[in-house]
Amino acid sequence: MDFDDTREEAAFRAEARSWLEANASPLEPGETNPGLGESDDPDTIRAAQAWQAKKADAGWACITWPEAYGGRGGSPIQSVIWGQEEGKFRVPPNVFGIGLGMAGPTLMAHGSDVQQQRWLPKMLRGEEIWCQLFSEPAAGSDLAGLRTRAERDGDDWVVNGQKIWTSGAHYCKWGILVARTDPNVPKHAGLSYFVVDMESTGVEARQIRQISGGANFNEVFFTDARIPDANRISEVGNGWAVAITTLMNERASIGSGGIGGGGGVKDLIALAREVRDERGPLLENAGIRERIADYYVRTKGLQFTSYRTLTALSRGQTPGPEGSIGKLVAAKMRQDMASLALELQGLAGGTLDPSLAVQDAAWQEAYLWAPGMRIAGGTDEILRNIIAERVLRLPPEPRVDKELAFRDVPTGSQG
Amino acid sequence: MNFDFDEDQRLLQKTARDFLEQRAPLSRVREIFESDALLDADLWSGVAEMGWTGAAIPESHGGAGFGYLELALLAEETGRALAPIPFGSSVYLVTEALRLAGSDEQQRRWLPELAAGRRIGAFAAAEGPGGHVAAEPGVEWRDGALHGAKEPVLDGAAANLALVLARDPSGGRVLVLADLQANGAKNEPLESLDPSRPLARLVFEGTRAERLQGDGAALLARLEDRAAILFAFEQLGGAQRCLEEAIAFARSRYAFGRPIASFQAVKHQLADLYTAVELARSNCYYGAWALHAQSDELPAAACLARISATEAFEACSQESLHLHGGVGFTWEYDCHLFLRRSKLLSLALGSTGRWKDRLVALLDEAA
Repeated sequence: MDFDDTREEAAFRAEARSWLEANASPLEPGETNPGLGESDDPDTIRAAQAWQAKKADAGWACITWPEAYGGRGGSPIQSVIWGQEEGKFRVPPNVFGIGLGMAGPTLMAHGSDVQQQRWLPKMLRGEEIWCQLFSEPAAGSDLAGLRTRAERDGDDWVVNGQKIWTSGAHYCKWGILVARTDPNVPKHAGLSYFVVDMESTGVEARQIRQISGGANFNEVFFTDARIPDANRISEVGNGWAVAITTLMNERASIGSGGIGGGGGVKDLIALAREVRDERGPLLENAGIRERIADYYVRTKGLQFTSYRTLTALSRGQTPGPEGSIGKLVAAKMRQDMASLALELQGLAGGTLDPSLAVQDAAWQEAYLWAPGMRIAGGTDEILRNIIAERVLRLPPEPRVDKELAFRDVPTGSQG
Repeated sequence: MNFDFDEDQRLLQKTARDFLEQRAPLSRVREIFESDALLDADLWSGVAEMGWTGAAIPESHGGAGFGYLELALLAEETGRALAPIPFGSSVYLVTEALRLAGSDEQQRRWLPELAAGRRIGAFAAAEGPGGHVAAEPGVEWRDGALHGAKEPVLDGAAANLALVLARDPSGGRVLVLADLQANGAKNEPLESLDPSRPLARLVFEGTRAERLQGDGAALLARLEDRAAILFAFEQLGGAQRCLEEAIAFARSRYAFGRPIASFQAVKHQLADLYTAVELARSNCYYGAWALHAQSDELPAAACLARISATEAFEACSQESLHLHGGVGFTWEYDCHLFLRRSKLLSLALGSTGRWKDRLVALLDEAA
């Protein structure tokens, strides 16, 4: 048992590193790359596209994609190693995740040869950026309950409805869309999967302002938007199966990333040592020590859980289900840590003013960002259902809408 | 990345599980539990013959010479089985103390005996309510002899070799080794929360005892860190078993016309237990690595393993019983065996509050 690379992994890491050293500058100590959404102005997008094209020319754009599609044909562990090494260099934000991580694998699995030739090469080089049009105001956790309609009209489909929580709708060329093509059958059976040109008439994106004040997501409205039938992926009515392919890839990519905002346990300790009440530094307070210890135990537990997953990949095995706990634990912990960090500051924890807020108000920002992390990519409750049903193999709850035609499914007043 | 046990180690674990399922099913644990037996003597000789009691003892001292990774997996299996034997007391505490601070002569004399299971060790540290180790021991070690009472002592009634925390005439804390077979101590049983792991009061009236090398307080800390990791594996094994039992019950128990496992209230509880067990497992593996690699990170790793495994086992044993409903509260069902063991193990090496405090102190020092 150790934390070392195998000989092959070490060789791959060295190769990746030497290419990165020749083509990018290393991050300074304490410096971090801007995250997705912190900056999506045209210059940043262009820089991201240039970096992606450079990687594509050298064979680093898509480590796990098959060579037939322009990828490297590498293993999952090589992809992880590439990510670790690239993360040590100053690189533009990765705006290609939805395309490369979700839409691409879906097209490989379900798209026709013509569709793959049309979309995959430009996706790989970053020439065209992709977004996701799945969730709706009334269909989040229950995605298959979506209501956006697509109706056949000659060689086209006419789309009406509303999507939400779409990142990057304003700079993306293509979107992957699930829409209802038949409301007269049970909900899962009436869906179809399309690729939509985001620049076409009748597609309008509007930014959504979050509780954090930022606007990282969009609502996308479809008003008689037309999609050629050539852009339909798989059979009419088979959209749910295709969407599942996309979602499986989404979980794989969300699970591998950290949950941003605020600092780590060591920052909490530094803060608790610095601030005092009448009895001394707050780090001496037993209640606060206990909470700090709890977060550290969970943080390290998640880190070592990811090492177990990497070990399985490194051994060429399928990782166990333990990775499914990652976001469930991390998102709530991020909320709790930010909450403690604010408490440590007393009433000053209530200001975001740079003259007073410690660590550039990162904890205040994190406190307002964390609730979203508990919802995005599967709520805490959905994740518990997934662990219970897919990992522990517990029987599903009976569903009242399973056999009903979609038009007869009861709806509430919210959404 | 190679952060998992290898195939040979997993094979050893499987052999251990098969052996314990055959020799120590819960029906056998219950026999010991309901009798006056101090341990399952047949099982104890069995595990000694398999080399478990000498797993981390070098072959030169009569051990099996496996190593700590192997010992950790054996600990997980004894925990899973609720094995009614003083494995932790003898192997993780007394044997480890000798390996850390025994003189050559002491090691030559005692390690082969412990490896063979002829000697059973117990760690006599507490003196009544309060810390699991007495902060200011009343038991005195002077002129090579012990005076006073240690209480309670886990597995103390079965033991014939005691590791005793005492004070020397200058008031310092020392760890000494007392041969209970040769010159005895008065041994009085104390009713145990988990009767498959009996407790005793050891009364010393001039019992001969020899000191281990080095500073007592420093040795105590090192010993507890190492033992905490191995106990954590026992707790992990117990937690995993409780989770499996809870899942099996929830699938087969029907209410309102369907398995109770199909209700979200139950599912979410089980998902949370699974999460606690997996976090504990990952932290335990880190502890095993730290023991194996003799890493400087061992003290922090011990805290992580101890805290998460203690919390996981307590949560799993409590919630598994709860999920069984009324039958879980009956003597006849086995839920209470796990509930009792999990609590006793959580007490044996100090509270999670103490370990959390120590963890933050270590992080604070490192900063």
